[in-house]
Amino acid sequence: MDQDDILAIFFQECDEGLAVAESGLAALAGGAADAEGLNAVFRAVHSIKGGAGAFGFDALVRYAHLFETVLDHLRAGRLAHDLEVVRLLQRSRDVLDDHVHAAQNGGAAPDDSGVVAELSQLAADPGAAPTVAASAEAPAAAEPDADEFGFMPVTVDLDSFNAPAETPWLVRFRPLAGAMAHGNDPLLLLRELERMGALEIRLDETALADLAVLDPCEPGLAWEIEMPGDTDEQAILDVFDFVIDDCELSVARKAENAAVLDLPADLADTPAPADQPAAESRAAAAAAAAAPPAGERPSIRVDLDRVDQLVNLVGELVITQSMMAQRVKDLNLDLSEELDDLSHLTREMQDAVMAMRAQPVRTAFARVPRLLRDLELETGKSVRLDVSGETTEVDKTVVDRIGEPLVHLIRNAVDHGLEAPADRVAAGKPEQGVIRLAAEHRSGRIVITVADDGRGIDRARVRAKAVERGILAPDATPSDEEIDNLIFAPGFSTAERVSNISGRGVGLDVVRRNVASFGGRVTLASTPGQGSVFSLTLPLTLAVLDGMVVRSGGDTYVIPLANIVECIRPAPGQIRAVGSRPDVLELRGMHLPIVDLGAVLRGENGDEGSETAFVIVDCEHLGRAALRVDSIDDQRQVVIKSLEANFRAVAGLAGATTLGDGKVALILDPESLIAMARTPAAALSLAA
Amino acid sequence: MTNPIVMTVDDSRTILMLLDRTLRQRGFDVVQAEDGVAALERLETERPHVLITDINMPRLDGFGLIEQVRAQDHFRALPILVLTTEATPEKRARARAGGATGWIVKPFEADKLEAAIRRVIA
Repeated sequence: MDQDDILAIFFQECDEGLAVAESGLAALAGGAADAEGLNAVFRAVHSIKGGAGAFGFDALVRYAHLFETVLDHLRAGRLAHDLEVVRLLQRSRDVLDDHVHAAQNGGAAPDDSGVVAELSQLAADPGAAPTVAASAEAPAAAEPDADEFGFMPVTVDLDSFNAPAETPWLVRFRPLAGAMAHGNDPLLLLRELERMGALEIRLDETALADLAVLDPCEPGLAWEIEMPGDTDEQAILDVFDFVIDDCELSVARKAENAAVLDLPADLADTPAPADQPAAESRAAAAAAAAAPPAGERPSIRVDLDRVDQLVNLVGELVITQSMMAQRVKDLNLDLSEELDDLSHLTREMQDAVMAMRAQPVRTAFARVPRLLRDLELETGKSVRLDVSGETTEVDKTVVDRIGEPLVHLIRNAVDHGLEAPADRVAAGKPEQGVIRLAAEHRSGRIVITVADDGRGIDRARVRAKAVERGILAPDATPSDEEIDNLIFAPGFSTAERVSNISGRGVGLDVVRRNVASFGGRVTLASTPGQGSVFSLTLPLTLAVLDGMVVRSGGDTYVIPLANIVECIRPAPGQIRAVGSRPDVLELRGMHLPIVDLGAVLRGENGDEGSETAFVIVDCEHLGRAALRVDSIDDQRQVVIKSLEANFRAVAGLAGATTLGDGKVALILDPESLIAMARTPAAALSLAA
Repeated sequence: MTNPIVMTVDDSRTILMLLDRTLRQRGFDVVQAEDGVAALERLETERPHVLITDINMPRLDGFGLIEQVRAQDHFRALPILVLTTEATPEKRARARAGGATGWIVKPFEADKLEAAIRRVIA
């Protein structure tokens, strides 16, 4: 584990902490916060500060320290959390987010002056409510406390500099009762001084009590230690750092006959009132420990590679089990009951292993509230967010990868979906728009929906635009659903002017391609005047895949179900020549290029005589095409084996798998298959 | 001779990892716990020579942990170092009153960390 690995862990923890802060502050804003919720926010910010300090992210440390100070006021009850304060904290969290990412990307620290001014005011005077007017005046207060890194003002005795360097130090040390009560041991301190080159150590046992009344915790011993004159005085004091409040100590040049050193006042005294809150807090902590919060379950952290290894092994086990089932069947052995049990067990085992990689989608959702606050500022629209199903669990890799498409869909919904406030009122809707974000399990996949209550898709305009852009044939008769989904076509954008928000050169086609790259689909349902619902349908895991088992030229292939639109057996006349292309499949007014698996993968000529079926696939980049296969056998889940890891990447193939009969089947990558099948001469677009 | 065992308790994986790396480089064995409750569970079996704990942690914080450790007779003399971002007199007094043996200021320097540990273990 090197520095970079730890740094990666740090930033991962920052993201977790920011998510905790987001949900904690949201609960606070909703009036649902309890003390533990506030503590969790404090701890999150505190941990970010602690880690940042270790890596020298000074701007981040300073900012987190200020933020933490205000949170500390809040949890100690010195500061009341009215709505205005909570809003400030939410903005502060967002700026913390910016600071973290500036540290992560090596960018300049964000401009935090506004928030810092308001936080500084609260930090200094928790009683006062934040006022924006004061913001310009107070940046100086943002400077960190001088003792933030533990540096303490120490009075330097200038005389000691004037003494000849050779004059040894005389250290007088008498531990008091408390010194040993907490695990300190004078012997260890003496040994440390000895390692530092002590010249002489003398024991003074005159105060030792009689054995009969000796209290072992009351040392009654004192020492005089002579240290070389060139030893750093602070180094000597450091040795006694832990016992300095529980001993009589003097360090001085021997020549001065050990005049008692003036300890800096703040180093020597022990403020009695400090004990009181400490005791209280410990009592509270003990109570908390006695009754752990409900729903808290013990957990361990396991290296992801180990889980993946287990996933792979269980995958192999599933395959071996089905091979055995096949063999038993072939041999006519009567083992069906035992085999059923084994089959159940392996499947349960597979589920259990997959569950180990599962994470709630909450982490991906946590970025949304902040995004919406930014969007509200940018667009002047007011938005309410409804979230449901954020505890729905899905494979970690999927959680990690849905963040970006999700952000894009939310931006799209606010920018294009929701009307301007005045238009909403005119349409008889509440001024505030609603974005609903939901996650749920549906038939072995997870569906995440982003719904808005805006204007919905203007189909006439989408259709006109699609024809104009050559995406749709002028005589095509697409269904409403098909029109809606045209907005995912590459190069399609209905925005009349490019807005700052969704017009970043990234269209919805990129969202679709992005989601497809990990086996998901994006679809859209829209009701004019009432809003649109974008649905992300995602696999629960990336280790197994739902596929269609097909046959071509005696070989077996698997086509990912995510790419398949439908399977058809063509009627006579549906295949015909169009332009320079010898055969094109006509399907409800659309012309689909035919890709012959045998021709592309094995260089055979299209085998007209054999039984023929078509699998219509939809690829995000190259659109739809009809794959010609000999037969369609089965639909099943397969365990993906990487070709790259075991052999090398092969064009047209996404991987391999072992089927129940032990035979290897190749998993097709429709996108690259279609690319292979295309030749410049036959660059026939779907609009032809 | 076996290496001294240090138990590190912190809810920040970053800090745990940094401590782990530094301590192993300097000849200690390291046992980790992510909060006070986990530390108490592991203390009995791992029998560390020294405990280094953060203060702010979920479930059971550093002060609560120290109190529960000290309440057990055979851990009464276990050296416990508190990780703190500030060694202000108030924090030091509070750590002492809570039963800590000493403190380590975050961010820690490897040399000072080692010196602090060597100062409390035989």
